[in-house]
Amino acid sequence: MIQGMAEFDEDSLAELMRRANAGDAAAYTAFLRALLPPLRRLARTLLLRNGGRVAEAEDVVQEVLLAIHLKRHTWREDAAIGPWLWAITRYKCVDMLRRRGRAGQEVDIDALAESLAGPPEDDATLRSDLERVVGRLEGKSGAIVKAIGLNGEEVSDVARRLSMSDGAVRVALHRGLKRLAAIAAKVE
Amino acid sequence: MMETEKLIATLAADSRPVPLGVERGFLLIGALGTVVTLALFFGFLGPRPDLGSAVGSLRFLAKPLLAALLCAGALGTLLRLARPGGKVSPWFPILLAAPLLLIAAVVLELAVVPPDLWTKRLLGHNALLCLALIPLMSAGPLIAFLCALRRAAPTRPTLAGAVAGLAAAGLGASIYAFHCMDDSPLFLVVWYGAATLIVVAAGALLGRRFLRW
Repeated sequence: MIQGMAEFDEDSLAELMRRANAGDAAAYTAFLRALLPPLRRLARTLLLRNGGRVAEAEDVVQEVLLAIHLKRHTWREDAAIGPWLWAITRYKCVDMLRRRGRAGQEVDIDALAESLAGPPEDDATLRSDLERVVGRLEGKSGAIVKAIGLNGEEVSDVARRLSMSDGAVRVALHRGLKRLAAIAAKVE
Repeated sequence: MMETEKLIATLAADSRPVPLGVERGFLLIGALGTVVTLALFFGFLGPRPDLGSAVGSLRFLAKPLLAALLCAGALGTLLRLARPGGKVSPWFPILLAAPLLLIAAVVLELAVVPPDLWTKRLLGHNALLCLALIPLMSAGPLIAFLCALRRAAPTRPTLAGAVAGLAAAGLGASIYAFHCMDDSPLFLVVWYGAATLIVVAAGALLGRRFLRW
């Protein structure tokens, strides 16, 4: 139906997501990891189709991952997961281009050639928009998002360092992620 | 530099189970909005004096029933719009049923009522009050549906806001109908129609502004 959708292995992704919804954190990590390569390809395709640049793909990918996380309750467990993932990715892609003032521009032929020629880059060297936004997060929840998201600390380490319970750190982390998404989407 | 792998680890650290679905949110907060409308109705408007005899007439009953049908179709559509990738087309027939039935009623009215009475029927008793009160009665449900949408994930915020307005107008009008003395389909199509469009426009504007995520 839609180019890019076939890239998702829907059944295994749906199964992982169902287990994640039931509280299986390992399945959740596996879901997000399995999603990453097709999501990158889809983001590139959508960006090119909507007047964006391939270099912006990782920004879209990160926003989509965050959106999937915060909106995961809106997927029906008995429905196909592909259309849900595709709709979120398309929304975030178009919304980012709109925010950057370039929605609906003509397709950049050079960028298209670049994307067709090169293999998908690995993300480690790409600059990320979300990082700047994380820097703007304030308060305890901001500090916790930075500690875990940027420095890669474990929840338990952060809890010990800040003399908080693991549960309180998780609550603050969740609040911080919601604010992160709101600022990133410039709705705050 | 935020690496995607670290972002994934961060999201996984926040992976406690969440309450699934969007329906319960719409039901709970929609009920709250309906209570506001009912409070307005019983506090300031009240039922029309001849309600006892009016409920026996199809002309009267058609008003709250058509409005409720509109509300049901819009709510069904809204629940689909609330989820990314939701298919709205199965709800189109129900969504269109109320306007089509109203148009049929208008045609019938024009056929049986002599032309020199059309204007009188169309203007009714207090058209401008109706035009103001239906949006007022719809405000609580509209805010409620918009709040429920914010917790959901509408990928078409303006459209979702407009359909929220349609559902709210249907709900508000179905309750207001018990106060309103004008039962002519000519009155309904013009004044209820215009009031509905006001609420739909408000919903679209609010949706565009507040439903992005």
